[in-house]
Amino acid sequence: MNYIWAIMAIGGIIYAMFTGTMDQVNKAIFKSADDAVVLAISLISVMVFWLGITKIAEAAGLLNALVRLAKPFISRLFPDIPKDHPAMGYILSNLTANFFGLGNAATPMGIKAMEEMKKLSNSPKASRSMITFLAVNTSSLTLIPTTVLAVRMKYESNSPTEIVSATLLASILSFIGAILIDRLFYEIRRRKERRI
Amino acid sequence: MSLLATASLWIIPCLILVVLAIATAKRLPTYELFVDGGKEGISLAISILPFLLGMLISISILRASGALDALIGLITPVLSILGMPADIVPLALVRPISGTAALGMTTELIATHGPDSFIGRLASVLQGSTDTTFYVLTVYFGAVGIRKMGDALKVGLLADVIGIIASIIVVTIIFGA
Repeated sequence: MNYIWAIMAIGGIIYAMFTGTMDQVNKAIFKSADDAVVLAISLISVMVFWLGITKIAEAAGLLNALVRLAKPFISRLFPDIPKDHPAMGYILSNLTANFFGLGNAATPMGIKAMEEMKKLSNSPKASRSMITFLAVNTSSLTLIPTTVLAVRMKYESNSPTEIVSATLLASILSFIGAILIDRLFYEIRRRKERRI
Repeated sequence: MSLLATASLWIIPCLILVVLAIATAKRLPTYELFVDGGKEGISLAISILPFLLGMLISISILRASGALDALIGLITPVLSILGMPADIVPLALVRPISGTAALGMTTELIATHGPDSFIGRLASVLQGSTDTTFYVLTVYFGAVGIRKMGDALKVGLLADVIGIIASIIVVTIIFGA
């Protein structure tokens, strides 16, 4: 990540030296810094709201009910997490939120899930479960693609929701693909460790 | 207004209703729980700020300098030879890096080609079935202080590639090219 981060900036600045876009780059640096602050501030409202609701749901036993429902599937996906660990509840609520197109609810729950997984691994390195979680998260299994539906309605589609089944199918395929890739990388890591 | 569009409006209020109704029935101190759980949100959001700011600056330099567009210009012919619609290539390349840029591109594609065209549908499905891998990685790992990401980036980006290929195949099969 360090390399990618630095290379994006270095590459951009060098490119700007030769193409005379330094003015835009200069502006973009401070504009994006502002954007980041605005984004973080707007995250406060989303985080406080959803973490508050989640806390109630957790106390009411709703998270546990969700975990019990999906147990066979989820415990196979995350074999390193004990079955009754709170991480499972957060992982599931994150996936559920993504599924129903509640992007802003997914983030706080995803962070809580990461926190719980960090308690389990207790190291600054990404654990196996974290990598699996991120893989399934970025492939985002979606039933209701909220933003896309809004854009399609705005441009007066004859049928804004006609893409729902296609989106679901495509995201199921990429979900399965993500799990397979994650497993493959895990096997490669394990073999390497064994050799050492 | 179709069923799903209505459902997307109803879902959050109904979720709140269900959670509060069950918690109240169980005689839990709902308001205190809400405040208690929400408290954490403030520090969490602020703790993500440096990660977010660093990542957004680096990406914005790449975009503003024109280097990203040049890179896309180089890659587009290669990918369109492989059978990928040329109009969709920039969106596919930007999707994992920048959420706002990708949404802008999707909106523009839908506006110029029409929401019910092949490109419009493909852009919709692509936008809906993939996520901004860089953002997810930055926020999630940043919030809990993970420094060594291991294979996470590679796995996430490969999953995006699969998502893009799956979108093209599925849209072609369901709607025809």
